[in-house]
Amino acid sequence: MWSELFLVPFLTGLALAVVLPLLGCYLRLRDEWLAALAYAHVAAGGALMALVAGLPPTLGGLSAAALAGAGRHFAAHRLAGGASQALLLLGGWSVAVLLAANQPLAERLAQALFDGQLYFADSGRLAWVVTGSVVAVAGLRWLSRRLLLARLYPDLFRLRGLAPWPVRLGFDLLAALLLALATMSLGVMATFALLFVPPWLAFRRGRGWRQALGWAVIGGVVAYGAAFALALHFDQPFGPVLALLLVLVGLLIA
Amino acid sequence: MSLLLQAEALVAGWSEPATPALDLQVAAGEIVGLTGPNGVGKSTLLAAAVGRARIFSGRLTMAPGLRLALQTQQLPPVDGLPLSGHDLLAVTGAVPAGLPPWLEGRLGERLDQLSGGQRHYLALWAAIAVPADLLLLDEPTNNLDAAGVRHLAQALRQRAAAGVGILIVSHDADFVAALCHRTLVLEAPDVV
Repeated sequence: MWSELFLVPFLTGLALAVVLPLLGCYLRLRDEWLAALAYAHVAAGGALMALVAGLPPTLGGLSAAALAGAGRHFAAHRLAGGASQALLLLGGWSVAVLLAANQPLAERLAQALFDGQLYFADSGRLAWVVTGSVVAVAGLRWLSRRLLLARLYPDLFRLRGLAPWPVRLGFDLLAALLLALATMSLGVMATFALLFVPPWLAFRRGRGWRQALGWAVIGGVVAYGAAFALALHFDQPFGPVLALLLVLVGLLIA
Repeated sequence: MSLLLQAEALVAGWSEPATPALDLQVAAGEIVGLTGPNGVGKSTLLAAAVGRARIFSGRLTMAPGLRLALQTQQLPPVDGLPLSGHDLLAVTGAVPAGLPPWLEGRLGERLDQLSGGQRHYLALWAAIAVPADLLLLDEPTNNLDAAGVRHLAQALRQRAAAGVGILIVSHDADFVAALCHRTLVLEAPDVV
């Protein structure tokens, strides 16, 4: 009974608890942690637009996030200084709230997206998330040294004949798609909490890059497991429990 | 000695010309110094050599397949990042062999916990201790103490002896005089 009801949601969240802190480390490396909130809101807006149009919300969320990721890359010069992230966040939030206010069907999904709907994850969602997580880990492994070199030694990056745009566009797309999947599984704020707090603590405490990645993943998984158990035990919504737990842990350890 | 880099009446700049015309050659195994007052365009010439600044007139020729390494005055932004010395060297592919003893034992520490001079030397080492045919260095002695300057000079002599060409932009006249085989003084409007 337990496994039927909760194993699939637990595994769905667990996969995200591994990969989101990893992604968060690279977003933090690039000073782009705000992009997490931006993509999450765009994915929510896209999912609601798809629902209203009679299309699968997952497809809408993924497509909107992918478009945002690519668009952000191509408009990078015009929207420098974090403007693209702020505009995407505001645009995604506005569309989502307006659709929720005017479409009863969208209102229910919007509430689920912002509060989190992990307990409703089915095996289809689990397959999407596991596939997305495996692809994301492989992608980050390939991008890792390039992202570090581009950040630390941009001239050396260019001198080695490495083109910046495939790295930037690849990372933006990877982040956008993974965050869209996570938003539709965990909700906007639980996704952001996993992406922000464990990397933040790992960056403060880690003595090296690999150690920091390891600490971020361990922190994310432990916090996720504890929040899942607490939310079930006290019959509380998962997203706020996870976010609150990570806030408390963050204040304690930082 | 084979020629690695040749500039002929080269004028470089950003939105407009920022350097006097320069004739310059760097051959394999040669250390060439480029000095001159602040603002005369020494760093801009290096930027032009790596394709970052614009060439307004003259010619810049490099040997085919030349592997370049560049050290700039900007330190990598490592504050707040969980990066050790080992990480920094791994990112650029630099070898730790040859590092001074006062840094070798601290490679496992976070970069933002090292002193400014140690961090500067490690960042410099990560940029130049890589496989390259031509090293371009921009004010490499900034923030280095006497021991660091001595070690850097020794390391650069060893690279030159191994056939690497080196072009150094510096206002440190003693360092340039002690190390370089040839020195050009850049003064507007022409090279003297």
